[in-house]
Amino acid sequence: MQRIINFIIRNKNLLLYLFLFVISLAFTIQSHSYHQSKYFNSANWLTGGIYKTSNSFSSYINLKKENEKLVQENMRLRNFLINKEYNFQIAVDSLLFDSIQKDYNIISSRIIKNSYSHLDNYITLNKGTKDGITQDMGVITPVGILGIVENTSENYSRVQSILNRKSNLNAKIKNTNNFGSLIWNTKDYNTVQLVDIPRRVKIKIGDTILTGASSSIFPENIPIGTIKAFDLNTSKSSYSIDINLFNDMSNIKNVYIINNKNREEIQQLESETKNGD
Amino acid sequence: MCNRIGYLGFINPMIYILFIYWYPIKQNKSFFLIIAFLLGFTIDIFSDTLAFHTAATTTIAFLRPSIMRFCFGVNYDFQNFKLSNVPRLQQITYLAFLVFIHHTVFFLLEVFSFANYILILKKILVVSIVSLVLCILFSSLFSVKKE
Repeated sequence: MQRIINFIIRNKNLLLYLFLFVISLAFTIQSHSYHQSKYFNSANWLTGGIYKTSNSFSSYINLKKENEKLVQENMRLRNFLINKEYNFQIAVDSLLFDSIQKDYNIISSRIIKNSYSHLDNYITLNKGTKDGITQDMGVITPVGILGIVENTSENYSRVQSILNRKSNLNAKIKNTNNFGSLIWNTKDYNTVQLVDIPRRVKIKIGDTILTGASSSIFPENIPIGTIKAFDLNTSKSSYSIDINLFNDMSNIKNVYIINNKNREEIQQLESETKNGD
Repeated sequence: MCNRIGYLGFINPMIYILFIYWYPIKQNKSFFLIIAFLLGFTIDIFSDTLAFHTAATTTIAFLRPSIMRFCFGVNYDFQNFKLSNVPRLQQITYLAFLVFIHHTVFFLLEVFSFANYILILKKILVVSIVSLVLCILFSSLFSVKKE
């Protein structure tokens, strides 16, 4: 007994080190598996609050640039509205508007912490469960997509960016219905990869990539980026495509969170069908 | 923490290693380990990288006495040993060891697979060099009471 105690006292630093290292290793392994820790992340009240304060300073300085961006977005939307009315003679009447309102609900938000240089990037937003945000809502910017809400606290929420090795979204090529998975190979923060597009599809550099229809998170036809380069994969059966994102991932501020109101129904239906066979 | 620099997309030098470098030598070692653990943990929470910084920082805190003995030789065992009294080159070697070990642990954990060993090696080398240079600049900036 004496010996054991002596041994512990003699090697207390080593044991303490091993203990602390195992704790951090456990956290690491946990973070590499599916979901990150629920409490120790940048969306809890303390870290979220600090990021919010520091963000309120920097956002004031960038106010002018952000305003310009929003004005441009407004211009584009107005353009869209006007063209709709005159060219197709379809006014955005209350009926159509209602049907859009029925399916999707849009909540505006601001990024208080952006990250794009890690292998797994997460973004923190300044809205949380109090504003009706829950897990698995889609997040878009005025020009493209950003990611999926992974975790929420009362006032903040954390978004798994498309620049994340765990990110896997459904995307398709414009004007076709061939869809594939959007992933990121961690090399460049303005380029993502689209895989599993079959070989017979004709693609060329500059084609636009949109979100696909088989996701219950994003509505169809949200722009993602344009094709930068493509190549057949090793088995020569499908393409792997490099996509230039429309977003500049290092410079985004205002985002929109999309809530699909039918999501639960769709998921329930899908799970029921799976159970059936 | 300089995690917004992102030069060439992936170079994020880590300056906080200087804390481990400067921490008083003749202090309780267990306490030092716990402090290093908390430092790494704070950084991890803020940058959503649970818990690569923690593991790396704890490791260099634990290895620090051995590294110092290796770099400064017998001088280190004297009572009146002071970091500012040893030659500049030895200080830099000591710092380089800390930075290199820290980054090795950090990137091994971040990438977490040996399949991408080229990526790991590239990151360790390049980021280590940048971190080292910046740490040296910072340490010369704040070492006013030398003479």
